[in-house]
Parts: sequence; structure tokens; C-alpha cells
Amino acid sequence: MLERTDPPPPSADIDAAISGQTHGRLAGLVRQEAFWVFVAAVLACLALSVATDTFATPQNLFNVTRNFAFVAIVALGMTVVIISGGIDLSVGSVLCLSAMVLAISMNAGHSLVVASILALAASLAVGLVNGVLIAFLRIPPFVVTLGMLSIARSIAMVLSGNKMIFQFGPDESLLFTLGGGSTLGIAHPVVALVLFAAVTAFMLKWTRWGTHVFAIGANEKAAVRTGVAVRSTKISVYLFSALMAGLAGILEAGWLGGVTTNLGQSMELSVIAATVIGGANLLGGAGTVFGAVVGAALIEVIRNSLILLGISTFWQGAFVGSFILLAVALDRVRAYRESES
Amino acid sequence: MSALRLEAVSKEFGAIHAVNGVSLTLEPGQVMGLMGDNGAGKSTLVKLIAGNFRPTRGRIYLKDEEVTFHGPLDARRHGIEIVYQDLALCDNLTAAVNVFLGRELTRRIGPFQILDYAAMNRRAAELFKGLKSETRARDKVRSMSGGQRQAVAIARTRLSEPDIVLMDEPTAAISVRQVAEVLSLIRELRAHGIAVILISHRMPDVFAVADRIVVLRRGSKVADKAVADTSPEEVTGLITGAISHA
Repeated sequence: MLERTDPPPPSADIDAAISGQTHGRLAGLVRQEAFWVFVAAVLACLALSVATDTFATPQNLFNVTRNFAFVAIVALGMTVVIISGGIDLSVGSVLCLSAMVLAISMNAGHSLVVASILALAASLAVGLVNGVLIAFLRIPPFVVTLGMLSIARSIAMVLSGNKMIFQFGPDESLLFTLGGGSTLGIAHPVVALVLFAAVTAFMLKWTRWGTHVFAIGANEKAAVRTGVAVRSTKISVYLFSALMAGLAGILEAGWLGGVTTNLGQSMELSVIAATVIGGANLLGGAGTVFGAVVGAALIEVIRNSLILLGISTFWQGAFVGSFILLAVALDRVRAYRESES
Repeated sequence: MSALRLEAVSKEFGAIHAVNGVSLTLEPGQVMGLMGDNGAGKSTLVKLIAGNFRPTRGRIYLKDEEVTFHGPLDARRHGIEIVYQDLALCDNLTAAVNVFLGRELTRRIGPFQILDYAAMNRRAAELFKGLKSETRARDKVRSMSGGQRQAVAIARTRLSEPDIVLMDEPTAAISVRQVAEVLSLIRELRAHGIAVILISHRMPDVFAVADRIVVLRRGSKVADKAVADTSPEEVTGLITGAISHA
């Protein structure tokens, strides 16, 4: 860190104090990357509402929100992992494994509850292996979860014999309602997203666990020295990510009405994109739930707008990629300004 | 009653004698400057007191009671706090949360145990006031000056009402104005009856704040003098070996 060797003029302190007091809240909000992404998403929606008469229809909005809910739910877990300074590449495969275990169990006649418990247990097992290898053997998260990306999907293939499952036994209609239904015009995955997002935001802000996740991401050595249980916190972070992926898998199985082994393929990339666009720092220590959700929403709005405007969806990757680069570039500019001031 | 007493403490790593039969006594409210060249055994000695290492030979007494530490957290429970050279702060957290990191205050709401930010901010503000520092509890550490960061790290040690605070090169990487701030923080600790061991290379800082100076050379104690009875020249000679003992 650079330190100033001469004291700043006192007037600068006073000015800073005054401006900090007069518009601290607003300035704080404007500095948040997630806020600008939110503005971008809202502007995109407004532009689309004007440019097309198909965007602002209840049916399209219903579809858009439901489509991004799955990515956003997984992004909640990813946000926590990224705040802790890690990364979880296995989420797409975990989502697939969860959906597949659910499908196989229900196909074999088990109830939705039992099958969901089995599906989440399988997801958490993957998360536990990730966490233990990262926390105790100190293998880089990128490598561990890259391995699990391969292993989890492979297990899903072995379990299903790589066949599609579309019969879900006695609780079939219950599952389809859970994932594909809606309440008061809001798709159930969106309801789940709101619920999970609230819980995640609460845990990050108001629990010791949340503080420790931020501390580990910013300065792991400091966390160790101050007595934070770094290892168990790290394990819990990967468990949480796997749990979110597992829950999204159950919901997505219900929406699609069938599970194949390519479910969630390369989903980790959209999820990481959503998280980074929403302001999470891949170096750790920063990220918000709001940002992850808004980031996921923006990606889906882009995709949807390309379809509605009749532009080839092949352009989607270019747009999403540009947003990632823009978001990170803005973050760099901000960090540079902060270190200058 | 002394705050800390070492009796012929040694630490060997294989054939290397990092610390060799060091005895010393530290009274409550005393600031001891621990000086020596690189490799003289300063940091090993500090790690023995902080519980990172166990001595190969010799005894450590706290308040006249012999102790054996099982790791740094155990030493902390015995009233020994450390301010690390890098301060062990998290830039993304507020000053108050940094002070309480690992020991956060919580309150119960229904079945949930939630963080009590209000209480932490209040208590941290008291600690900063007690240290006569203008550090603000709610500000993030990222935006703080070197002196304010030191205040956060030192306030952290005050949480547990420690008897001894070990400070590793607190003035090594900060500006002149901030050095003055840190030295006054050390004086505040002394005023609260806390014994301070100050490891430093910077002669003027040690002479400005310490009551006593202990010099180590090649793992052995070669001097233990009141500041009034010595001079920077003599201490330099002791560190380099130009003067063998004093």
C-alpha cells in the first residue's frame, strides 16, 4: 500500500467530512457497481418496452423472470464463494446431479420430499468434498471444483445410464407445480429466488459467519490470526454453493418436466458472469446478493431482447462478454481513483 | 509482581540456537524496546512469548505463575495480545468490525443470533477515544491512514484487557506524522498499566517511547538498560557487536 508521506491539507479533511455527511447514502449507492447494473437492466427493459410490443407482456415478463431465476439462485451460492476468495466451477454439474438423483428416486416411486432430500444430500456431498480439499489440503479452488465439475456430471451419467428421465412417479404433478407453476402470477422459481436471496443477504450482513466470509476473502491471514475458524467457514461456503445448485436443480427438473445429463452444462460460466457483472470481485472480499440477482437478470434481458428484436442469438455471448469486461473495467477505474484520492 | 518473567529461555531449531538462555523481567505499565539486527532472535523470542513456539529450555512466568502455551490463541487467553507488523486488518470491513473480528458481539432475536453492530460501534468508539485517536468506528479500514490503521489494531488488543501487548515493527512502514500517532498510542497503553514489548529497528522511536531497552545479538541478551542510562550510539554498538556487553 502506498502511504502519503506529507500530511494532507486540513481543508481536504473537512471537505471530505462535509461531502461524506451530506450525501453519504446516495454517494455510497452510486459507488456500488450493482446499482449501475441495475440501472442498465432497467434502461434495457424500458427501451425494449418502447421498441417492441412483445417485451412488456405479462407472458414474456413471466418467462424472463423464471428463466433467470435458476441462474440467479445458483449465483447466490457463487457470490458467497467468490466473496470468500474462492470459485466454484462445479455448480452446473451439481445442478445436473441433483436433478438426476431427484428424477431417478421419483421414477423409482419415492415421494417428492424423500427424493429432494436425496438430491440435496448428493449436492452437499459434492460441496463437502470441494470444501475439505480446499480448506485442508489447500488445493486451489479452481482446480478442485474443475475436477468436481467433471466427476459430478459423470456420476449423473452413470446413475442414469445417460438416459433422459421424464416420468416422476406418484408425485409427478407436485414436482411440475413446484418448478413450473406460479402463485399470484409469479413463477415458483422466482418466489424461491426471492426467498433464498433474502436469507443469503441476511446471513452475509447479520451473522458472524457472513463477516467471517468477507474477512477471509479480504485477508485470510488476518482471519486466522484473529481466531476466525477459517477452515470450517471455507467448507461451509462450498456447502452453501452446492446447496443452492442442488435446489435450483430440483426446481429446474420440475419446470422442464424431464432431466437429461446435459442439464446445466456450462451454466457455471453464466453464473460467474452474473456474479461478476453484479460487482463481485474475483480476488475476494467483495460482492452482493443484489448484484448477483441483477447481474443474472441483465444477462437474461439481453438474451430475451435479442430474440424479440430478431437478432441472431449467436450475438448473446458477445453482449454478455462485453458486460463482464465493462463491469470489471469500471471496477478497475474505481479502484484506481480510490487509490489516487 | 511482574507482568512477564523469562528464565533462561532457549529455542533451538536443530543445530541452530535461535534464542540462547534469555532471562528478563517486564513490569506492568512498562514499555520495553527489543532491539537487534536481523537474525538476532527478536522474532523468535516474541513468538515464544506469543505462544507460536514452545521454548526448548527455560520457563515463562506471567504474574509470577509459570505458563505453557498451546498456540497463540491460548496465549491470548492468558492476556497476551499481539499487534502484527501487517496489522492483520481486513480492508473491506469497518474499523469496529475489525476490532471485534473473531470475537463479534451478538444479540438474540427469536431463534437467531445476530450481530450487534450498535454495541460494537459504541464499544469501538470508546476504545478509540481511550486511545485518544480520531479513528471513526463506522469507517471502512480501506480509507484509513497508517496511524488510524494502527489504532484499529491496537484497539483490538484492548478488547480483552490484556496484561502484555507485543508490537512487531509498528513504525516501520508509515509516515513521520503517523509515527507520532503510534507512539502516543503506545503511551496510552502504558498509562492503562499494560506492559508493552516494542520490536523495532528504529532507534529514535524506541528512545522516544521505551522505558527500557533490551538488545539481542546472535540469540543472546547482551544488554538490558534503562533508556536514561544508555544512548543510541551505545545501542548501535551493542547491536553490531562493536560493544560486546553492557
